[in-house]
Amino acid sequence: MYGFEPTDEQRMLVEAVQRFAQKEMRPVAHDADEAGELPPALIEKGWELGLLQASIPEGYGGFGERSAVTGVLAAEELGWGDLSAALAVLAPNAFALPVLAAGTEEQKRQLIPPVIGGEWKPFVAAFVEPDFDFYPGEMRTSAAAQNGGYVLNGVKALVPYAEQAQSFLVFAAQDGRIQAFVVPAGTPGLTIAGREKLLGLQAIPTYRLQLKDVKAEARLGGEQGMLFEPILASSQVALAGLAVGLSRGAFEYARDYAKEREAFGGPIAQKQSIAFTLADMAIEVEAIRLLVWEAAWMLDAARDEAAKAAYLALTGAADMAMMVTDRAVQILGGHGYIREHPVERWMRNARGVASYVGLAMV
Amino acid sequence: MISFEMPNSIRKTVTLMQTVAENMMRPVSRHFDECEHEIPWDYINFTHEALKAMGGGTLAPSEGNGRPKDPDAPKRPSLAYQRLAYSAEVLSWGDAGLYLCTPAGMLGAAAVQATGTPEQKQRFLSRYRGDKPVFDAMAMTETHAGSEMPSATRTTAIREGDQWVLNGEKIFVTAGRKALVDSPGFVVVWATVDPGAGRAGVKPFVVEAGTPGCSVTKQEHKLGIRASDTVSILLQDCHVPLDNILGSPEVQTKTEEGFKGAMATFDASRPLVAASALGIARAALELLKECLERGGVQLRFGLPRSRMTNLERELADLEALHRSAWLLVLKAAWSADHRRRNTLEAAMAKVRAGEAVVRITQKAVELLGPLGLSQEHLLEKWFRDAKVNDLYEGTGQINRLIVARQLLGYSRRQLS
Repeated sequence: MYGFEPTDEQRMLVEAVQRFAQKEMRPVAHDADEAGELPPALIEKGWELGLLQASIPEGYGGFGERSAVTGVLAAEELGWGDLSAALAVLAPNAFALPVLAAGTEEQKRQLIPPVIGGEWKPFVAAFVEPDFDFYPGEMRTSAAAQNGGYVLNGVKALVPYAEQAQSFLVFAAQDGRIQAFVVPAGTPGLTIAGREKLLGLQAIPTYRLQLKDVKAEARLGGEQGMLFEPILASSQVALAGLAVGLSRGAFEYARDYAKEREAFGGPIAQKQSIAFTLADMAIEVEAIRLLVWEAAWMLDAARDEAAKAAYLALTGAADMAMMVTDRAVQILGGHGYIREHPVERWMRNARGVASYVGLAMV
Repeated sequence: MISFEMPNSIRKTVTLMQTVAENMMRPVSRHFDECEHEIPWDYINFTHEALKAMGGGTLAPSEGNGRPKDPDAPKRPSLAYQRLAYSAEVLSWGDAGLYLCTPAGMLGAAAVQATGTPEQKQRFLSRYRGDKPVFDAMAMTETHAGSEMPSATRTTAIREGDQWVLNGEKIFVTAGRKALVDSPGFVVVWATVDPGAGRAGVKPFVVEAGTPGCSVTKQEHKLGIRASDTVSILLQDCHVPLDNILGSPEVQTKTEEGFKGAMATFDASRPLVAASALGIARAALELLKECLERGGVQLRFGLPRSRMTNLERELADLEALHRSAWLLVLKAAWSADHRRRNTLEAAMAKVRAGEAVVRITQKAVELLGPLGLSQEHLLEKWFRDAKVNDLYEGTGQINRLIVARQLLGYSRRQLS
């Protein structure tokens, strides 16, 4: 049976996240972007929503079941609030959820509780690499077995909170397969280069990470290793969900502005040129939202097509985010270019969505 | 619950329709494109019998379609519109022009369903289960106005005793000839009972085949969907019984029932038009992939755009466009099945699907070079069939207006 309505439980969660987005994220997003940092209290409040904990079974310290559909519903609200803060709140997910999906029983018991117990702590993933043609399926960071452990070499980019991180989940290619390795902060050979300066997402600190003969003891899945595809797909739908929220926010802002702003004797929203643009933005957001929901549903149902659906959802969502935020700036005209309005920030953030693959997960 | 699990009963319908599409439509597709005004009786008679065997199918999925209702049936949400959307998609994959010749109740039936009384539904919609195939049509457009209908209606309906007398000319009536000349069908004619009352005076009237004063005057020659007749209808002192007016005969300036009936008809039919569009688009996408694969082109997924070939990029984009449009259609049909107002969803689906089918067929022709142009394949036909989906049942622009009004909370006066 097809269905397009969240369950009551999902609806309650969405409302809670929406309240947080509206009351906590939106009011500080501008200043956080200018200052290049997020208020720790904001991240903490986001963490208290318990989104990650709700995805982890009791046995590992959580209180729920993982659902990609629920995850993308929550992600949309977070993305609506502020993409930088959303990625900060979700950063530990990119560490804990691959462990949950692919770790051995022992790894799950050992690695998950420290991440999800107590306050937000930067357990983060090191996933992206600084290449124009970065492709998750063929990472250049390499791993080799050595003396019962592993040796890692390579460079990672966009690693959030690397300076404060307690531990990294480093993704690397080993014998043609992408695997994940636990590397605690301070491991010899691990160098945190300077903070990255970016076009958008300026409130969340990210760093380059150099790995030179870094020894890792734990590989997710132990002897057998792990299946990379579902982890990549989970990250793709999470980012796509965030992009839907970001774009919805930009559409709403442009819509409200167009109803207020008058030109030639009436609100500009009454001109077809503006009204049609708004219609196209809304159609795009709704169409991609459904694509994201379907990909998330396939992931939950462990369908074979999930990997392709998640890939298409994220590429579609990245295009949507760029198109919708660009047109939001256009509808505000010159005012859209001024930093007092959020649309220019959303446009800068939109371009970042697809690049953060591997760094948010549901 | 959010779910994308296809119900088993719909899966069965799809399998059945796919067989019909492959065996009854594709083999004659080219023929009926070339012989424009020939009627595809084999297809019509076959589908009529098949639909009868399945219990009869009209655009009227709920009570009042002439079928007795089972009082003990469990109260599950209906799947009728979702099933119709799938049927429209698969049959249009077969051939969009032939699909429009399916004797299963099209726009006229939708209008009866949206605006008629239970007695009228019984009277006009039970005929689909008879021995002979029956057609219906909707006559709205006039020579001076298309998108402005039904507000700009000039066709008049004057009451004379216990009859209505209709006068005027309608154009672009899909299946009008089959409904009036080739079968005991009917046409729903939109006419004004009070030319001074604007759109409040516009009402739908059922004109049955054989009614004196109603004649088919012209059959159009079209870019595509040539298997389906598109005609002009002339109404000259055409008398119809008093209760052939659908809904209330009162001119209500406040509730504008007739106008709303027209809009409700479109809310029901737009997702189906969008579904039909996406059937053509799927056909084009499949053929494109088939030809590329035969040519030894490997189509990879999942790579960053910078590592993909142009063909791979185009194809990934087209597939995402196609799928997302289909999900809009499904949601609009699902809303209708749950008896929710779906004006916004229906218009959104129509805009996206109209755009998708045009882009996909044009791209497929482009990417296949000389093969795309060749009549050796049906692709060039689908290119021509596609465009009507961005025109009829509200042009892309009109549907964008509807979407925008809904989003902005504007009336027609505030945004036109």
